[in-house]
Amino acid sequence: MSGRGESRGRRLVALVPLAWLAATVLAPFLIMLGISFSESIIANPPYAPLVTAGENGLAIHLHLDNYRLLLEDPLYLAAYIGSLRIAGISTLLCLALGYPMAYAIARARPTLRTPLLMLVVLPFWTSFLIRVYAWMGILNTNGLANQLLMALGLTDQPLALLHTNFAVYLGITYSYLPFMVLPLYSILEKLDPHLLEAAEDLGCTPFRAFLRVTLPLSMRGVLAGALLVFVPAVGEFVIPDLLGGPDTLMIGKVLWTEFFDNRDWPLASALAVALALLVVLPVMLLRRRQYGLEGAAP
Amino acid sequence: MSRRRLLPLFLVLGFGYAFLYVPIVSLIVYSFNESRLVTVWSGFSVKWYGELFHNQKILDAAWLSLRIAILNATLSTIIGTCAALALVRFRRLRARPLLNGLVLAPLVLPEVMIGLALLLLFVNLENLIGWPQGRGMLTITIAHTSFSISFVTVVMRARLAEFDRSLEEAAMDLGAPPVKTFFLVTLPIITPALLAAWLLAFTLSIDDLIVASFTSGPGASTLPIVVYSSVRLGVSPQINALATLFVLVVGACIGIAGWLLHRREAQRKAPR
Repeated sequence: MSGRGESRGRRLVALVPLAWLAATVLAPFLIMLGISFSESIIANPPYAPLVTAGENGLAIHLHLDNYRLLLEDPLYLAAYIGSLRIAGISTLLCLALGYPMAYAIARARPTLRTPLLMLVVLPFWTSFLIRVYAWMGILNTNGLANQLLMALGLTDQPLALLHTNFAVYLGITYSYLPFMVLPLYSILEKLDPHLLEAAEDLGCTPFRAFLRVTLPLSMRGVLAGALLVFVPAVGEFVIPDLLGGPDTLMIGKVLWTEFFDNRDWPLASALAVALALLVVLPVMLLRRRQYGLEGAAP
Repeated sequence: MSRRRLLPLFLVLGFGYAFLYVPIVSLIVYSFNESRLVTVWSGFSVKWYGELFHNQKILDAAWLSLRIAILNATLSTIIGTCAALALVRFRRLRARPLLNGLVLAPLVLPEVMIGLALLLLFVNLENLIGWPQGRGMLTITIAHTSFSISFVTVVMRARLAEFDRSLEEAAMDLGAPPVKTFFLVTLPIITPALLAAWLLAFTLSIDDLIVASFTSGPGASTLPIVVYSSVRLGVSPQINALATLFVLVVGACIGIAGWLLHRREAQRKAPR
């Protein structure tokens, strides 16, 4: 496989995506990073230029005020903590429902496994916005959930379910459940059932065998699934906006408000940079831990 | 393991499926409700479908979203496949770590950040070189490729990694030039994966609210933007009707794609 014409072709194959992604991923991020150090002014676009030409040549203006505000204003700190908390709780809920589902699919008859898995993935292909909207109808004051609760006699009057943190947990768990089930299934499916039989032959109760054998061996799937749910949930906007209430503080929503309602582009940029750090950090930590786990496996 | 011991497990599985499908089914059922109050049943009616097809705002938005999604899926599939080829086959490429990083970043970064960053890019470009003028279909399409490419690359990378290179080598030993080999040997083999990647990019685009909201301008509202602004005011039966049509179309597409892939797979195995 050689030849001069081909090597030019090969270069083009690498160069096109590289140039496109540099322009649409790298450049925007760098510009945003720059503007996060700028000052908000009433103009179009609404921020002060970073570099100005003065009498003594070029002058660079860097403002740290946006970042100082992030640390000093309790609203932003509360929003970051709120995002982490809500994403964390929703990830645990996804795990609590997704693990037994993945386990059941992995233990089902082999011919049934693919269709069962398809059924988990299918809702992902219908619109995300529409799936969140469906919960608005269900959790409404006179929606399906309240009708059911009242028919069962669990409550006399409709409960306020919509516009609460509970609705946000539910919405995130619902939307991201497939991302938890898929990696767990791929690990659990490969698990050798003989290991469990051996554990039970040696006197383990099934529950103990699960704790000592299955769970440790599926830890990689748990981490991968948790990451796939947690990371997008932290920056979520649609779910807290449509299902959440006034006390649902998440950073994606705050950023949206700063940009669209307050037109403070530099502050929104600083919020986005901090948010990017917030999600990239756990990814890097978990990746390292995952490598560690792989290294420790016999 | 005995089946009986697995019973509670399958009960949880059943609950999980109910959890996944009850909202979608209730959405469809209430789209045929006569009452404007979406959640109170008052009789069967298809009038909301009629109103939907006379809602010019929604029709325009759907047409715009469709054009953006097709453009985005095609562009992303081409560029993403190039990226996957470069990552899988050009082991000695010096820019490989950079390309890998640029492909992975949009998978991790939050959508609000991607949307904001792209808007700032377009605003700065317009100030510097006067292009793109204003924001609309063009900027939304470019913005969508920035993250769709990553998903295409993931799909194509997995397919190319298990590709049997000896088929290409055989074609070239028989005198086919590399470009001809690619189109006559490589392309037909990776077509199912290309189709899957195209559909994924299409879905990501037609589903995107956040990045489109940042990068759209006046007069260019995609379907999710229109749906979102309507839904914010509360539930509406027209949106239920729209959702039902969406579920039907998606279901049909997945059914056809699954059937085609299944048939192909069966044909491939049969002759032996």
